[in-house]
Amino acid sequence: MSDMNKKTVDPGKDNRKIKSVSRMKEIMTHYYIDAKTARESGKKVAWITSGGPVEPLIAMDVIPVYPENHGAMVGASKMGVDLCQKAEEMGYSSDLCSYARADIACAATQGGPIGGLPEPDFLVCCNNICGTVLKWYEVAARYYKVPLFILDTPFIHREMRKEAQQYVMSQIEEYIAFLEAQCGRKMDYDRMTDVGRLAVEGLRLWQAVLDTAAHKPSPITAFDLFFHLGLIVTLRGTQVTVDYYQGLLDEMNERIANNIAMVPGEKYRLLWDNLPVWYKTRWLSDKFASHKACLVADTYTSAWSGVLPLIDEDRFLETMSLSYSQVYINISHDMMIDKLSEMIRKYDADGLVMHSNRSCKPYSLGQYDLQKMVMEQLGIPTLIIEADMVDERHFAESQIETRIDAFMETLKS
Amino acid sequence: MMNPQDEILKKFQTVSENPHEYARSIKEQTGKKIIGFFCSYTPEELLQAAGVVPFRLFGTARDIELAESHLQSYCCSLVRGGLEDALRGRLDFMEGTVFPHTCDSIQRLSDIWRLNAGFDVHIDAVMPVKLNTPSARKYMVDVLAGVRKDLEKSLNITITDHAISESIELYNRIRSSLLSLYRMRSRKPAVIPQSAVYHTMKAAMVMDRAEFAKDLEALVASLEKLPVKDVETVRKRIMLSGGICNQPDIYKIIDKAGGEVVWDDLCTGLRYAAGFIEESNQPIEALANRYTRRIVCPAKHASITARGESLLAEVHKQKIDGVVFLHLKFCDPHAFDYPYLKDFLGRENVPSMLLEIEEQAPPEGQLRTRFETFIDML
Repeated sequence: MSDMNKKTVDPGKDNRKIKSVSRMKEIMTHYYIDAKTARESGKKVAWITSGGPVEPLIAMDVIPVYPENHGAMVGASKMGVDLCQKAEEMGYSSDLCSYARADIACAATQGGPIGGLPEPDFLVCCNNICGTVLKWYEVAARYYKVPLFILDTPFIHREMRKEAQQYVMSQIEEYIAFLEAQCGRKMDYDRMTDVGRLAVEGLRLWQAVLDTAAHKPSPITAFDLFFHLGLIVTLRGTQVTVDYYQGLLDEMNERIANNIAMVPGEKYRLLWDNLPVWYKTRWLSDKFASHKACLVADTYTSAWSGVLPLIDEDRFLETMSLSYSQVYINISHDMMIDKLSEMIRKYDADGLVMHSNRSCKPYSLGQYDLQKMVMEQLGIPTLIIEADMVDERHFAESQIETRIDAFMETLKS
Repeated sequence: MMNPQDEILKKFQTVSENPHEYARSIKEQTGKKIIGFFCSYTPEELLQAAGVVPFRLFGTARDIELAESHLQSYCCSLVRGGLEDALRGRLDFMEGTVFPHTCDSIQRLSDIWRLNAGFDVHIDAVMPVKLNTPSARKYMVDVLAGVRKDLEKSLNITITDHAISESIELYNRIRSSLLSLYRMRSRKPAVIPQSAVYHTMKAAMVMDRAEFAKDLEALVASLEKLPVKDVETVRKRIMLSGGICNQPDIYKIIDKAGGEVVWDDLCTGLRYAAGFIEESNQPIEALANRYTRRIVCPAKHASITARGESLLAEVHKQKIDGVVFLHLKFCDPHAFDYPYLKDFLGRENVPSMLLEIEEQAPPEGQLRTRFETFIDML
């Protein structure tokens, strides 16, 4: 029996529990109730991609709904396999993104953890995260027969060219015009400015929360961050998000003051790459903790605030569009390695764990090259876990366990 | 002695079966530089204007070893096979590569290629994904102008408007002859076997374009003179739809099973041949117009039903009995469109089948049974 399965008395467990969790659940529950009852309250619902500019929606009083967040919920509630199979029966290949498959099946069957997402009045798709969202949103646009706005953010191979900047900026004007047409009223630019400021404040606070993991021992792990990320994705630009992250930050600082480690006896600090394996976060968290290893940071939860230096809150709309084009997953490998190295140094990571996620080609293809670069340039050990974020059929537990154990042995030697 | 059309077709087949050998010989004979590409959104007209031979890459289907250490198994055979060829030095006759933005896998391949394959020239043409707005069209023009500049810089040359206009004329000649060939075959399938059209298409994407244009025009002219009956009654008319087809055997198997491939919506087929370029004094704008109007690839967006509508229109126009979707495994854009396209066809009672190709096509016996079952049903 491995260490992680032993039942031991753990007096520090209550101290380690993050108190903000219950507040987060409360906010998310309210948010989904609002979204589900939008029709009654006369509000519009827009589906939007996780990397998309939500701020103009907030300023227009539109309720943003995130199929990807929903995909994560499906994964975490272990309903992925069933829903993915339903999509496959509808003709969608089992090789397609499992978020998309699960969501398409939910729409058709009113299934999933919340009985399907509230129907959209219109769709906003930003392809800064992948080409998959374009196809997925086309499916949704045909299914719900609603308008689709595409914000096309050209991929950055070595530099963001001037013509790409102009293209993106002109689309922000088109986006606002689209929203005005959908909502039947003009954008209130004063309100937009306020929302922009709140978005920046939220991002700063979120980054400050992430930064607390640089402390040794870390008060938080990436597995916790996967959960707390929810608001910076869905409700960026609102006061409730700002207040929430202020509370979380205060809690983390208090833990640092009291020297509370999220992983008791933290000895090894690791960095995670790619989306979480949603149905196995607990298992993975326990597994690494059993080796006294803490996943202190990751390239995923830091993607939103990673572009903060590029945003000028006084010119929010303009700089927002350019910054969203430059998120971690929309840049070339040689640009990614700079960010990865910076994170490894900042959090003083001893090793890198990469989730090769068959659902996400733009995040995963090239990981082998990045792995080599990390080993050569930074000399730290790396581990690649072949899995999928939602489709549990692609998780070979015993094999992965053996690989994690072997990786940790390398780290310890 | 062979008649002229057989001679030309034999030449095309030789090139199609040994494209690397052909590229090496043309480089040696003419001293022209060769630049590779994967996708029909590559502005070949600019490469041609730069005095370069644009060379389509199809990727090996055999023995993927070196690419294994760069690409996961859940990546299509075109991307893996293309990288394998590059890493093994099989493309050493190339100066470099142009990567237009298409799908997530090609986008990532471009980086891996640039960092590992060791070519001198590497150009990313990050085109717009949507093609239906004025700002996207403007950006398309900017990207094409950027490719022109990048080529000039990489090859240390100047590309004049005049050279681009000449290239456009040449490509219009090629494309209109290719379309004539397709139309002729759709009317009179007995005129040449479909596998010969396949080899012609492949040669079109590989050969020195001026030489190819001459050969193709001679081919079409002599085929037009052949006495062939207009109507074939018993054989079922099949249309292929998908990305690339690098499987000449498929045509033969469909043929044996009683089907006749008379039309397609393939990146290596009609999507390559379609789209006339205006011959104007603004050649770059004209190129952009072709891309924004041409039949769309599923990795790009013209409207949410553009592909379904154009598929149905061709099905009716060409009197198609059944559609065979030919997809590479792990090709996301095509896989996402499949259920809706199948549904579009189904609503008008047009049967379809899906053939997913992994590294190689399934064994002939198995394929034949599948095609026979499908064609019997029509």
